[in-house]
Amino acid sequence: MKDGETADKKVAEGQHPTPMLDELEGGNWPSFVTGLKRLRDSKGERYAPMMNDLLGQLEHSYEEQMGFWKGGTLSVFGYGGGIIPRFSEVADQYPESKEFHTLRVMPPPGFHYTTEVLRKMCDIWERHGSGLIAFHGQSGDIMFQGCTSEATQAAFDELNELGFDLGGAGPALRTAMSCVGQARCEQSCYDEGKAHRRVINKFLDEMHRPALPYKFKFKFSGCGNDCVNAIHRADFAVIGTWRDDIKIDQEKVKEHVANVGRKYTIDTVVNMCPTRAISLNDDDTLEIDNKSCVRCMHCINVMTKALSPGDDRGASILIGGKRALKVGDMMGIMIKPFIKLETEEDWEELEDFAEACIEFFADNALEHERIGETIDRVGLPAFLEAVGVEADPNMVNHPRTSCYVRTDDFDEEAAKWFERKALDAGMTVASE
Amino acid sequence: MSEVKETPREAIESGVPDHLQYMHPMLKRNLGKWAWHERPRHGVLRHVTKDGEDVFTVRAGTQRQMDVYTIRKLCDIADEYGDGHVRFTTRSNIEFIVEDQAKVDPLIEELQANGFPVGGTGASVSMISHTQGWLHCDIPGTDASGVVKSMMDMLHEEFVNENMPNRVRITTSCCQINCGGQGDIAINVQYTKPPKINHDLVANVCERPAVVARCPVAAIRPAIVDGKPSLEVDEKKCVCCGACYPPCPPMQINGKESTKIAIWVGGKHSNARSKPTFHKLAVANLPNNPPHWPEVADVVKKIITAYKEDAQHWERMGEWIERIGWNRFFDLTGLAFTKHHLDTWTGARKTLNMSAHVRF
Repeated sequence: MKDGETADKKVAEGQHPTPMLDELEGGNWPSFVTGLKRLRDSKGERYAPMMNDLLGQLEHSYEEQMGFWKGGTLSVFGYGGGIIPRFSEVADQYPESKEFHTLRVMPPPGFHYTTEVLRKMCDIWERHGSGLIAFHGQSGDIMFQGCTSEATQAAFDELNELGFDLGGAGPALRTAMSCVGQARCEQSCYDEGKAHRRVINKFLDEMHRPALPYKFKFKFSGCGNDCVNAIHRADFAVIGTWRDDIKIDQEKVKEHVANVGRKYTIDTVVNMCPTRAISLNDDDTLEIDNKSCVRCMHCINVMTKALSPGDDRGASILIGGKRALKVGDMMGIMIKPFIKLETEEDWEELEDFAEACIEFFADNALEHERIGETIDRVGLPAFLEAVGVEADPNMVNHPRTSCYVRTDDFDEEAAKWFERKALDAGMTVASE
Repeated sequence: MSEVKETPREAIESGVPDHLQYMHPMLKRNLGKWAWHERPRHGVLRHVTKDGEDVFTVRAGTQRQMDVYTIRKLCDIADEYGDGHVRFTTRSNIEFIVEDQAKVDPLIEELQANGFPVGGTGASVSMISHTQGWLHCDIPGTDASGVVKSMMDMLHEEFVNENMPNRVRITTSCCQINCGGQGDIAINVQYTKPPKINHDLVANVCERPAVVARCPVAAIRPAIVDGKPSLEVDEKKCVCCGACYPPCPPMQINGKESTKIAIWVGGKHSNARSKPTFHKLAVANLPNNPPHWPEVADVVKKIITAYKEDAQHWERMGEWIERIGWNRFFDLTGLAFTKHHLDTWTGARKTLNMSAHVRF
């Protein structure tokens, strides 16, 4: 692959040839290689030689089909996490990028920025880092990539003064994400940004001084469309939902049917309802069986003008989502079918439940075990008892099919169920 | 290593910053007051408040790994057309918030003139979720940025248009930990050989009991090799997942010969219609072939084409396959169904067809 050196691309004095990476400068999608080269070619900038060697090492990876970074230990004063250290294994060939650490920095909820703050971040990262920033990592962090060990503290200090704080790494509470939500979405069922900030900021100690068995992630989506992928990716997923009826503007339904046709409406709305809860009336209005509706969002997604979530909005909480290590991918399971998130008391209840889950995790998980795995190991009833939640049919696809269970206290448990039902009914009446 | 200063600065543990200070004032003013939205053209959303005010969002693709020049260019564009505010989506697209409809088309032209594709809305192929790869990861089997760039170059037309049956979410992961997550199509590293162990280093680098505990199939055990405490792998049990590699770098799992790419289909995050699903194996053992990964691109293209031609509106990839059946999926894509598609992991039985339902 060294042929590239003699190809039409001219290599300046001291620059590493990058024939394979050069091929990623064509095409219609913005090129990260072109960006890396802009940094390399920034005359007089202190990071230019670093980026030359970074490009050299990356080209070396493309040739050898191997990565050449190793981890290490690095943090800023007072913190035990948030920096991802990277030391080059081929530093003898690429000495200027021998240290290329990442600062994980927590984003604002919904990823909103002013250009003023983005420009300040750029300036800081030119002073202390490589000039390479990712918006955002898979956990939601702004990733300031490419810092020497020596410059790490100064880079953090300036970002911290700007109003930003390090995110999570290692066995700790991790950086969270939330969708655009209330800021620009009619499907939002709670204040995602408030939930995001209240929960994470309450447990910062668990983020900055890692002491959990393994990682613990929160994600906040305003509805079942789950735009931040919470059910798959978060130990604690907060998903917006509602308890009352879907709101229907029947005139807008008629307009929709008139625009797209009756057959298309039946094919794409009625037939795609997962619980067969919708029918199209003869006069082109919709009828919804709200008791059967599972709040999946499909019909609302299709008919954005005619349908919307009800007024009694709140959230569901699912626990235990994670990626493949080590037992295979897991999704969160429904633990709290509905919580309100309006009054100060509601918000405190969310924080308390989050705390109960983190405590359960800290006390019961084995090293390198995620909470979903812990729940699988101890059984859902034990988890529910630990965090003070009663069993609910919304937690299951169907009741157990295995008879291997001891049921001699079934009557007492059934009595609790009927007591709860009576209490719920009484409270509903009282609040009306 | 950093010098210890006499009076180190105490961090301000400010946590998650207040987003309202960065939010476009129109959005801030209308928090929670939205009524409905529509997509007037590809790449553009129009949201309307209950009071009848409206705002336009223009979405554009980025390379995610951005140099400061790219970020400042996007800021210049936002200052001119978007009142100095932007936001990013989960998939690293950038959004400009525009109150004045007259600015929408000029903004789009400006973005396109600067090489930022406008799209990623509705039934399009949006930006690929993106991990770190050779650029920054300590355990990568492949690159992320290069794979994403190659695939998005190929899929550019599908990003800027809305010609798919429903949205298509593609993910990449540079190792089997799968940081890229679940996708309609997932392009993931799949290792094919047990780790190569450097026995000279294991005792000094690895906490051996932790490594033994990390193996999902209990294939690792402590051993004395050449008189040194090390670890050995029962290669008949080993599933080549690479779980031992992060806690024990001398157990090298990635390599030119052993690192392959597998493609998975039918993952879905949303709860719309069907419940969220995991992606399923479509094909394994594709070569890890930088800088363009043509064999991977070829398969992705085949799957996207079959889905585009055959799925019904609003069906996601997995829902389409659920309807037509896996026979037909493998026929339409020209891919092979093998014994490796039969799950053997915990819960595998639930993935098998326990009925007389068959398709011909």
